[in-house]
Amino acid sequence: MSPAPIVDARAIHKHFGHLHVLRGVDLQVAEKELVFLIGPSGSGKSTLLRCLNRLEEPSAGSVTVDGIDMLDPRTDINKARQRIGMVFQSFNLYPHMTALGNVALALRKVQGLPRADAEAKAQAALERVHLADRADHYPAQLSGGQQQRVAIARAIALEPRVMLFDEPTSALDPELVGGVLAVMRELREDGMTMVVVSHEMGFARAAADRVVFMADGLIVETGPPGEIFANPQHERTRAFISQIERH
Amino acid sequence: MDVFLETFLNWRIVQEAWPILWQGFQATLLLSALVVPLGLAGGVMIALLSTATTPWVRWPLRVWVDTFRALPPLVLLVFIFAGLPFIGLDVGAWGAVAIGFFLNTGAYYGEILRAGIESVPRGQIEAARSTGLTRGQAMAYIVLPQAVRNVLPDLISNTLEVVKLTSIASVVALPELLFQARQAQSVTYNATPIMAAAVAYFVLLWPVVRLLSRLENRQLAGRR
Repeated sequence: MSPAPIVDARAIHKHFGHLHVLRGVDLQVAEKELVFLIGPSGSGKSTLLRCLNRLEEPSAGSVTVDGIDMLDPRTDINKARQRIGMVFQSFNLYPHMTALGNVALALRKVQGLPRADAEAKAQAALERVHLADRADHYPAQLSGGQQQRVAIARAIALEPRVMLFDEPTSALDPELVGGVLAVMRELREDGMTMVVVSHEMGFARAAADRVVFMADGLIVETGPPGEIFANPQHERTRAFISQIERH
Repeated sequence: MDVFLETFLNWRIVQEAWPILWQGFQATLLLSALVVPLGLAGGVMIALLSTATTPWVRWPLRVWVDTFRALPPLVLLVFIFAGLPFIGLDVGAWGAVAIGFFLNTGAYYGEILRAGIESVPRGQIEAARSTGLTRGQAMAYIVLPQAVRNVLPDLISNTLEVVKLTSIASVVALPELLFQARQAQSVTYNATPIMAAAVAYFVLLWPVVRLLSRLENRQLAGRR
């Protein structure tokens, strides 16, 4: 990681009431890097991800994304968030809008594009996730996998510098996972910087530059997927990996 | 039997009372067109305020909503009409009705819309905010449209009640349908105008009732 990292989170703490979910976490992500966050549930990986675009307010620490101090009260958070796409476990598509409407909304209302331009851009984004022919479908008329790909289109339409994925395939039937992973792989090949919380170990092996293992609100170890999976250094990591592999 | 027809379903009386009744019907329409939007506006305000997290907003709002839901609307109306002049505010019959319905109906619409807003999953707001929409934009484009759709039958049902409730404006001598019908009754010594008013209310509200039950059926079907 020679140049300045595009995502730079330092000493992140997060308390929920008396629960101490993140206990001093550092995460740097280089441009075009794909980082996988893994760990048992409750380890804080999703919370860490959500701190990066400030959907969750860290209790302490600093977050810089693409040179912008995300926690500075003077930062225009809505402007900053356009550079950080996010994809959620439960898709969170707007059910009262078509696929095209879902993708075009922020283009129109946040970036202020005229309707025709926004829709042209939205259509191009749907093309990138291979759903151009589903533009006028409502979310309820799409499969889970298609919904998630529309959600990816909604995020990439804003041309973000970083994409955050929060368990993007966990809510999908197994046969629909492949389509979503294929789109993610294409994004990666186009040079997108990605931080992915997921247990798709096959995908991590094939596509991740680095795997970060978290437990109890701390980063236990980090390394290339080959090393983490084949030769974990810590007992916690070893136990977790062997449990995952068994499934 | 003849006496019954003579007293309750007397066509001659209907014709005689028609101008008065027609005025009343128009006033009821106008009144509804005034108080329903007023109540909805009050309701949206209450529902939006209820999403605030600070207790400095939530508590006074709770007291406000509870007060105006618990107070009988008739009492509220008389209080505004007859009470306000004592503090130098004579708002007249229409003004009193407007204020009274804004307070009472707004509280009911507010509770319905609040339930609607709460029925929209948090993830919807998070998705909207993650693309750079402001809190207000997320509310306007994502939450409210879904909230309204989720509670549409309740909103329509409440609107039916509100239109029927406009008849209480008769106590402050506002010449709406029921008031006019009773005027006609006392002039003609005949109950037919009251029956005519009932028919008029039915004609006005029945299409809405049909619409409501269609919506309810559709929602039930959608829930499967």
